[in-house]
Amino acid sequence: MNFQAPEIDYGALAPVIALTIGVCVVLLSAVIRPLRRSAPVMTTTTLGITALLLIERWGEPETLVAGALRLDDLAIAISLIAIAAAAFAVLLSIREPAAEQAGSGEYHALLLGSVLGMVLLAQAQNLVSFFVAIETLSIPLYILCATNLRHERSLESGLKYLIVGSLGSATLLYGMAFLYGGSGSTDFGRIANGIDEAGLIGDPLVLVGIALVAVGLAFKTSIAPFHQWTPDVYEGAPTPITSFMAVATKAVAFAVFVRFFLVALGGEAGDWQPALAVLAAVSIVVGNVGALGQNSLKRLLGYSGVAQAGYILGGLVVASEAGVSALVFYLAGYLFMNLAAFSVIVARERETPFGDDIRALRGLGAERPLLAWPMTISMLALAGLPATVGFIGKLYLIEALVEGDYTWLAVFIAVGTMISLAYYLRVVAAMWMRPDEEAAPGGAPAIAGASPEADPIDPDAGRRLYLVAPALLAATGAVFFGIVPQPLVEFAEHAGSSLF
Amino acid sequence: MINSLLWTPLIFGIAGLAVPKQMVGWWAALGTALTLGIAIAMLAGFDSGAPGLQDSYDASWIPSLGVRYSLGIDGLNVFLVLLTAVVWLGGTAFAALREQERPHLFFLMMLVGETATLGAFVAQDLLLFVLFFDLMLVPFYFLFGGWGSDREGGPTASAATLKMIVYTLIGSLLMLVAAIATAIIAADGGQISFSIAELAKDPIGEGSQRWIFWFFAAAFLVKMPAFLLHGWMPDAYRAAPLPVLAVFSGVLAKVGAYGFLRVVLPLFPDATIEFQEVVLVIALASILYGSVMAFTQTNIRLIGGYSSVAQLGFITAGIFALRADGADGAVLQMVNHGLVVAPLFIIVAILVERSGTEDVREMGGMAMRAPVLAALFLIVTLATLAMPGSANFIGEFYILNGLFQAKIVFALVAVSGIAMSAYYALRLYQRTMHNRRPEGVTSREIGLGDGLVLVPLVLCIIGLALYPQLVLKRTDGAVQAAVAAVQAESVEAKIASGNAEAREH
Repeated sequence: MNFQAPEIDYGALAPVIALTIGVCVVLLSAVIRPLRRSAPVMTTTTLGITALLLIERWGEPETLVAGALRLDDLAIAISLIAIAAAAFAVLLSIREPAAEQAGSGEYHALLLGSVLGMVLLAQAQNLVSFFVAIETLSIPLYILCATNLRHERSLESGLKYLIVGSLGSATLLYGMAFLYGGSGSTDFGRIANGIDEAGLIGDPLVLVGIALVAVGLAFKTSIAPFHQWTPDVYEGAPTPITSFMAVATKAVAFAVFVRFFLVALGGEAGDWQPALAVLAAVSIVVGNVGALGQNSLKRLLGYSGVAQAGYILGGLVVASEAGVSALVFYLAGYLFMNLAAFSVIVARERETPFGDDIRALRGLGAERPLLAWPMTISMLALAGLPATVGFIGKLYLIEALVEGDYTWLAVFIAVGTMISLAYYLRVVAAMWMRPDEEAAPGGAPAIAGASPEADPIDPDAGRRLYLVAPALLAATGAVFFGIVPQPLVEFAEHAGSSLF
Repeated sequence: MINSLLWTPLIFGIAGLAVPKQMVGWWAALGTALTLGIAIAMLAGFDSGAPGLQDSYDASWIPSLGVRYSLGIDGLNVFLVLLTAVVWLGGTAFAALREQERPHLFFLMMLVGETATLGAFVAQDLLLFVLFFDLMLVPFYFLFGGWGSDREGGPTASAATLKMIVYTLIGSLLMLVAAIATAIIAADGGQISFSIAELAKDPIGEGSQRWIFWFFAAAFLVKMPAFLLHGWMPDAYRAAPLPVLAVFSGVLAKVGAYGFLRVVLPLFPDATIEFQEVVLVIALASILYGSVMAFTQTNIRLIGGYSSVAQLGFITAGIFALRADGADGAVLQMVNHGLVVAPLFIIVAILVERSGTEDVREMGGMAMRAPVLAALFLIVTLATLAMPGSANFIGEFYILNGLFQAKIVFALVAVSGIAMSAYYALRLYQRTMHNRRPEGVTSREIGLGDGLVLVPLVLCIIGLALYPQLVLKRTDGAVQAAVAAVQAESVEAKIASGNAEAREH
């Protein structure tokens, strides 16, 4: 038996290699005393280098390592979104109690490790690399969720994510086994051919495999009814980590969702399209209705994320180039909308004793306009109002859906958006309008200081540049791409065309 | 020019953030005055004989999605643009005369609202229209919720506003889906275009028109509001700050009626004919319900609000006569109603300040020491009840004329609305201005500033009463074009049914 080692293009693997080196260096910095404080800087540098290496490959799709990975524009676009989210998370983690308790070096190394998994997953073109990458991204996140050691909720969040996440992974793996059995190959492209050649299109076993893979990915993208972990984990995890999960994990999981379903299972589209459409519709309803009664902003954004995942899934349902472009566009827009909100939540968590409760935002319009505006823009954008990237995103998705004969799902998006206004505007009202009850903003609740869980309050957090700047930057992006969307549309079109 | 018209308010609003607190109201008023100047200049340059768009501007915006930044003026919107500019100047100046909390934000939102409303009127790309239509809501959400008044035993300002937003957005979001569907069906696999003129050339199939028609109609009828879709109106009207309500009631409701003429009739002629009677029933129900409610209400804002429901019912009926004269009357009546209701709410604001209550039963005798205010109010009242000699009379005459020739039964019912409007308008006037003056109500002449706001608005009413041809002459061409598609369809249908009958015999 002769084995031929695959030819490896190290140039194209450079982003992955850079990240791997970054993880090692940041981790080592934790044990070298003089370097202890430099973890955030080194992390940001690594992210920057990786981003540059990826941008350099833009427009030159290439298959790597004997087909295990494929570095095309879709992979690059999604990786860039994940990297941007990670960079924001690094900024938001400055003086974050969780990062200090867990050790700054370890915390940042785990974050980079997760990014490494994401960059790999966005390129995965083979069941093995797919699974390895998804675990590489998940395992550091399980730990990161639990890094706020003094908070019971953080620990609970980490454990819950570990259990549910493992269940999702197991389901995914089981589904993969079925598909491997049916096609005799692990390569996405050859799975499609294998199923076709064996005459197994529509075969119950293959369909079971598809269903299991879809469920596993639905766990990762928090699509209802596989979303139950989302609000709890979002609420308990340290907020910078929540923001990173909300944006990056979702983006990357959708990337592989799209790649796997369109490349490997494209021939079966007629079977999975209606099923995914129903999932999307359920997710829109469950997410939007679930968010209505929430007082915790992180839970609210968790449920809103479930609903948004439903909208985004619509881009895959139509299985068209326009659909994938709309999906990438929405994910890029989602980066801006969500990160603006999370930056403000981080600032208010440290500034007020209310944590992430909606009360923390009371009177923000008068008190801290530089935080209130980003939050307002973020909420209006998530609600899809015009002059924000959210409107264009919905427009793009609805156009793709109507073109793909899924007008009913487009109507679902419209109705879901209408429900969503009730909770997004509640947040806006808390900032700008008179509070419903007479309780004055800033009144200290009983728990402050008394509880061992309470983090120290930093009364100036709302003025710190490292919190205000990301909020403003993200909000500016959300408005800018709402008025001048063409550059982002072209970016998304490049990404979308790489699968067709 | 059309770009400067559209963006002047917004630019002034943003620049106003840097203006000192005491000055920002006047700065905003200056911005609206400048906008009015541009609007007048556009009217002066308007060629009533020329068909199609004038002053149009067309640029690529999101080429990949087929959306263009396309603006233009024609007979349908030229006076609505002017109305917007006039009413906004009045409302802004009136607000500037009074102290506002957080004035920077207040006037920024006012001016954003003007840009969005003008945008909805001048947009010639279907998607751009939808965008501005939705955008109009955002500033009014802040204005109603942030500066409105909470009601005892009722919803807070922010709750009332939320209700309004959810109601109106149901319609607008469905409209977004419908707009996209229209363009995609019309493109039939080719290059997507949202240009209203392009889409009107070759209307889409009858089956698709049916549901798309209702998605659009829902958006427009909620905005007006029409009977059964008016649930948001009472709470929102009671919560809204009055200067804002003057522009809101004066202009925003017209965007809905305008949408029927600009979008629905030309783009969905088959469905329009099919559902003509359904919409007419809704319109008549609005007239009757609005009138009855207007003369039973005791809250002075709601009298104004329900009378608007009735008036908008009239306008809708005029449009759905599907004849040029009815639609001519509808356009004239949109301008009239805007010009009447804006000063009405400003007068209401003055009355509420004088009496400290919004209940007409607790008002009265206000005319005693305020002859000028009483005279101004009387002119507004007489215009509201469409006194012969007022432009409203001409407008209603055209509407009824059109309706009589199209559907005589509906016209007979609509006539009763005119009688009722006399009742509620005079009741409002008498209750507030005449009668015995209760304790605590002061009768004072209006100040110079308020007078300078009100008198020009009332002069506009008088001017239009003297010379309604100013509007009719310029709108007729565009109105003819708007109803042409519908008329062509109905003629075809008649010929077809005539042939069928001939064959049977």
